[in-house]
Amino acid sequence: MAEHPNDPRIPTVVVDGVDIVYRVNGTGAGRGSATAALNRMLRREHAEKAAGVRKVHAVKNVSFVSYKGEAVGLIGTNGSGKSTLLKAIAGLLPVENGHIYTDGQPSLLGVNAALMGDLTGERNVFLGGLAMGMSREEIRSRYQDIVDFSGINEKGDFITLPMRTYSSGMGARLRFSIAAAKDHDVLLIDEALATGDRSFQKRSEARIRELRKQAGTVYLVSHNNKSIRDTCERVLWLERGELRMDGPTEEVMKEYEAFTGDKSDKAKPKPKPKAAAPKVPQPS
Amino acid sequence: MTDRPDPKPDARSPTPRAKAADVSQVLHTPPPSPAPADDDLAALAARHGLTVSGARPTLPEYVRQLWARRHFIGAFATAKLTAQYSQAKLGQVWQVMTPLLNAAVYYFIFGILLHTKKGVPDYIPFLVTGVFIWTFTQTSILSGTRAISGNLGLVRALHFPRAALPISFCLQQLQQLLFSMAALVVILLCFGVPVAFSWVLAFPALVLQFTFNAGVAMVMARMGAKTPDIAQLMPFVLRTWMYISGVMWNIDKLTGKGSGLPHWVAPVLKANPAAVYIDLMRYALIDSFHAHQLPPHVWALAIGWALLAGVGGFIYFWKAEETYGRG
Repeated sequence: MAEHPNDPRIPTVVVDGVDIVYRVNGTGAGRGSATAALNRMLRREHAEKAAGVRKVHAVKNVSFVSYKGEAVGLIGTNGSGKSTLLKAIAGLLPVENGHIYTDGQPSLLGVNAALMGDLTGERNVFLGGLAMGMSREEIRSRYQDIVDFSGINEKGDFITLPMRTYSSGMGARLRFSIAAAKDHDVLLIDEALATGDRSFQKRSEARIRELRKQAGTVYLVSHNNKSIRDTCERVLWLERGELRMDGPTEEVMKEYEAFTGDKSDKAKPKPKPKAAAPKVPQPS
Repeated sequence: MTDRPDPKPDARSPTPRAKAADVSQVLHTPPPSPAPADDDLAALAARHGLTVSGARPTLPEYVRQLWARRHFIGAFATAKLTAQYSQAKLGQVWQVMTPLLNAAVYYFIFGILLHTKKGVPDYIPFLVTGVFIWTFTQTSILSGTRAISGNLGLVRALHFPRAALPISFCLQQLQQLLFSMAALVVILLCFGVPVAFSWVLAFPALVLQFTFNAGVAMVMARMGAKTPDIAQLMPFVLRTWMYISGVMWNIDKLTGKGSGLPHWVAPVLKANPAAVYIDLMRYALIDSFHAHQLPPHVWALAIGWALLAGVGGFIYFWKAEETYGRG
């Protein structure tokens, strides 16, 4: 089943047999990790395991293609490689084997690391915007929107206070507001929707839909099944680094919920995914 | 259960791969993956002009990207500087206090206890200039070493030319130095050093030193990213460098008669970049520090070191651009 050369859909992300492996230093057990370190330096290639370097095979031979206009959900239990895969798509992690091809530069929705708790919210808006590659003028013109969207000033003039004085909810809202202020080609969202109170969640879901219209493709990692259902029409299910299922949201979610013991589907026998039919690329 | 029925279930079939058709029933076995031939996906990507994610840009493109991020570099440096003392009661006063206290400690040890000041006119301006200028290079290199390894969160979350980090840290140190220089001017005037036209030379000297620092910081950033242990080693390297660069004493005195050191030692020590930039600044600011105390061809040396470190360090850093923040 080769793909049709005249498939009208435009691929935005092609993930081709990708493996991702983390190497963790300093896990040497027990006896003298100093000798282990020496060992590691002397025999770099062979002694990795003996010297306390552990390999974590986070993503194993995953392949898929996503197209323009798609919203793809990534689900799986904790530690199954979702965020890792997202970072690799963003080009922020190297792949061990395989290739990832993208249309333009996918961006992770997240600026947390660029922000500084000792600075005021106001300065962080500028710092975060610059870190995402916006110009000063762009930030200035969107500044009021960002602040209004975050709702930081609803209870007083908090935007001029250092961010470390914010409650965790307020901080999360401001971070999301800054991150969502930019338009992206391929947008990768990692659990962003779970922040804030109910009214803020609604606002952020609306914003995500807006971003999706502008972006070619949106990826969403979330443990919130509802936001996956609300946002995505296709879902990739990763389990232990392997792509366990890839298909329409409802089919995959049903399986996933049965797997995790959510809802009452637990007792139901796993329906054989009848995904076989949609599998065949339709002739255009 | 979904509020939105799937609009066109067919449109989905994402890949030629036989997808999850046969979702494995057993958790531990991977789904038998009839992975498509590699060339299929690669060809698909090529046909639509997709590029490999996270590949290193060409050098001119890299410079262009870096230039486009200049506002971020500036804002990040200023933010770091401001955040540094924001929890202290005295706040930004520490910007000036810290270098002054540093100079005071060195004066106590080298000026009073060890009598290094013998034979150096205007010893306090001599010492304080040396300490401030050296501190600029030292802290730039130290923070450069940690520029990538200490900011992995940032590197792993956002796209920007990674050289922005070491450069930004050096810029932060330059801003810090400007505070110190303000204090230095007051010290100079207090000790009766006259304002002179030669003070203008401080500016080109600082530009060259900044270029040199940024270059070395980029080299160290790449090494520190690969081998974080270097950050443990650097303080010792830097302290040795400080003692041989004439920060607290006149190098000429070191190899004077009876010292037992071969006479080529002094010229070599004086040609080392730290000593060159320190002596240039002393020459610019202190009237009793004369031109004959400078190494020969001092400006050529200063420019040469700056270009060598700046250009070399930049290219060296760029060569590993795609590997930062990984593994």
